[in-house]
Amino acid sequence: MSLLTTRALAKSFGENRAVNSVDFVVKQGEVLSLIGSNGAGKTTLVNLISGLYRPDSGSIVFEERDVSRQSSYERIKSGIARSFQLVNLFDQLSCLDNVALSIFSREGKTLKLATLASRDRAVWEEAQGVLRQFGLDGKAAITAGAISHGERKLLDVAVAYALRPKLLFLDEPTSGVSTREKAPIMDIVFRYSERIVVMHQGSILADGTPDEIRRNDEVTTTLIGTHVTGEPAFENGNHAGR
Amino acid sequence: MSADLTMQKHRSLLLTLVWAAPVAVALLAAPHVVGPFHTLTLMYGLVFGIAVLGFNLLLGYTGLLSFGHSAYFGAGAYTVAFMVKYFKVASMELFLAGSVLISVIISLLFGVVCVRYTKIFFGILTLALSQVLWSLAFKFFWVTGGTDGLRVPTPSLLGTAPLADKMEFLAFQYYYYVLAVFTVCVIVMWVIVHSPFGKALQAIRDNETRAEFIGIRIRRYRLIAFVVSGAFAGVAGALWAPLNGLATPDVLVWTFSGEIVFMAVLGGFNSFIGPIVGAMAFTYLKTYAVGFTVYWQLLLGTVLVVLVLALPKGIMGMVELLVAKVRRPR
Repeated sequence: MSLLTTRALAKSFGENRAVNSVDFVVKQGEVLSLIGSNGAGKTTLVNLISGLYRPDSGSIVFEERDVSRQSSYERIKSGIARSFQLVNLFDQLSCLDNVALSIFSREGKTLKLATLASRDRAVWEEAQGVLRQFGLDGKAAITAGAISHGERKLLDVAVAYALRPKLLFLDEPTSGVSTREKAPIMDIVFRYSERIVVMHQGSILADGTPDEIRRNDEVTTTLIGTHVTGEPAFENGNHAGR
Repeated sequence: MSADLTMQKHRSLLLTLVWAAPVAVALLAAPHVVGPFHTLTLMYGLVFGIAVLGFNLLLGYTGLLSFGHSAYFGAGAYTVAFMVKYFKVASMELFLAGSVLISVIISLLFGVVCVRYTKIFFGILTLALSQVLWSLAFKFFWVTGGTDGLRVPTPSLLGTAPLADKMEFLAFQYYYYVLAVFTVCVIVMWVIVHSPFGKALQAIRDNETRAEFIGIRIRRYRLIAFVVSGAFAGVAGALWAPLNGLATPDVLVWTFSGEIVFMAVLGGFNSFIGPIVGAMAFTYLKTYAVGFTVYWQLLLGTVLVVLVLALPKGIMGMVELLVAKVRRPR
């Protein structure tokens, strides 16, 4: 059963068609990698689905509901979350606060003015748990602006993960991250995808299992310079799934 | 929560008590120790402290610089004056209730327009809208008294008639009333900035895009912060009117909004108590500058420029820096 379906989704920036009539499907429970060279349209596609950009045309259906006109806030509430290629965090707040805010928001508690946030033990314990899962429990009290780039990337993923989304996009989760710091990220998002979608020049070039993609001559030819095997596929791409 | 964090919180609470307890004792003893002049100056500082505390919910916690907070302060002061003149009300509690109501309505109306924008656009809009209220107070003199303003007599406090001697009333009865309201305002604001809502405001300040992508509706939160901030300024305006004895358009004009901004910057808007410290420091500086020379604006301006250059993070920023230096292991 499909969780997300886009139909003829398109977005242009001036003359540049960043996403060109894309039909894209994410099935319930699958881990999917969206790969392609720089400028292929991966991030724009994620931006369209998550609500950062409005599509020029086409539709986005999530859990059989058309969410194309919904705000990003409504999509978050529906269960679509994302991390960012360029890390987006609350830099003056502690790492623990960053994750706790996601949980407060998920629980619909952020409009509470008259209760101290520190009193909500369940939220803070869950936030600690999430940080522990990502290996960041030692950084809980440090402000997000003061940790290393790799840790910030991890925290960015942790903030999205704490929303407990039904669909989670990780936009270039390992870009700019040292080899040593990549391992925990990939441990979290799974080592191998069940399916790979290849984008090129705003369109979907190929869609299949890692083996099928590896054997696809068109993909190899198009992505010259990129060694299309199972693992490196994760080095340059976006990940979706739950 | 981990043991480390719990310990850190306990230590921070203990440190707060270490400085807050003597300050509380000093504030309680002030009318008996210092003369009426200093008590009144202190009281002005407390009143402005409430306004700047509200203002800082926008600047320090939400990242919005309002140049129009004189509007809500003035709305509070004029509400008191109108209640006296047109409804013959004399109760301070009714003044406070009326001022909060009117400043909430005005800040809601202005806020709906302003929170759609940020940065310079937000600042200019708040400034422009506050000037609308100033021009109304200035031009509709048959209602507002124009530049002469409206007289505000001494009110009854908690149903008790004011003392016959006005100075004694202000320096004792009214001082403790203002101190009590100030304390309540500080506690309320402290709870707000430490609530999940307060955390959400700080998230918006730090990164609007990310805040939106964890499901926070930015404009709604900004509007609530705007209204709460306006209500605090309204309370301050209501307390200021009987203290000043007169509500005049001076408290609606943009230069007064500038003073509010300055108090926050001077005290340090990154700290919770910075705005209060700034309000006190500014009030004393202004009072002494006015008494020292007729060119007090020049003197005050120079002193403030030097202070801001020397203390870019405000007085509290400097204090925090000094504390950090003392704590640092050698």
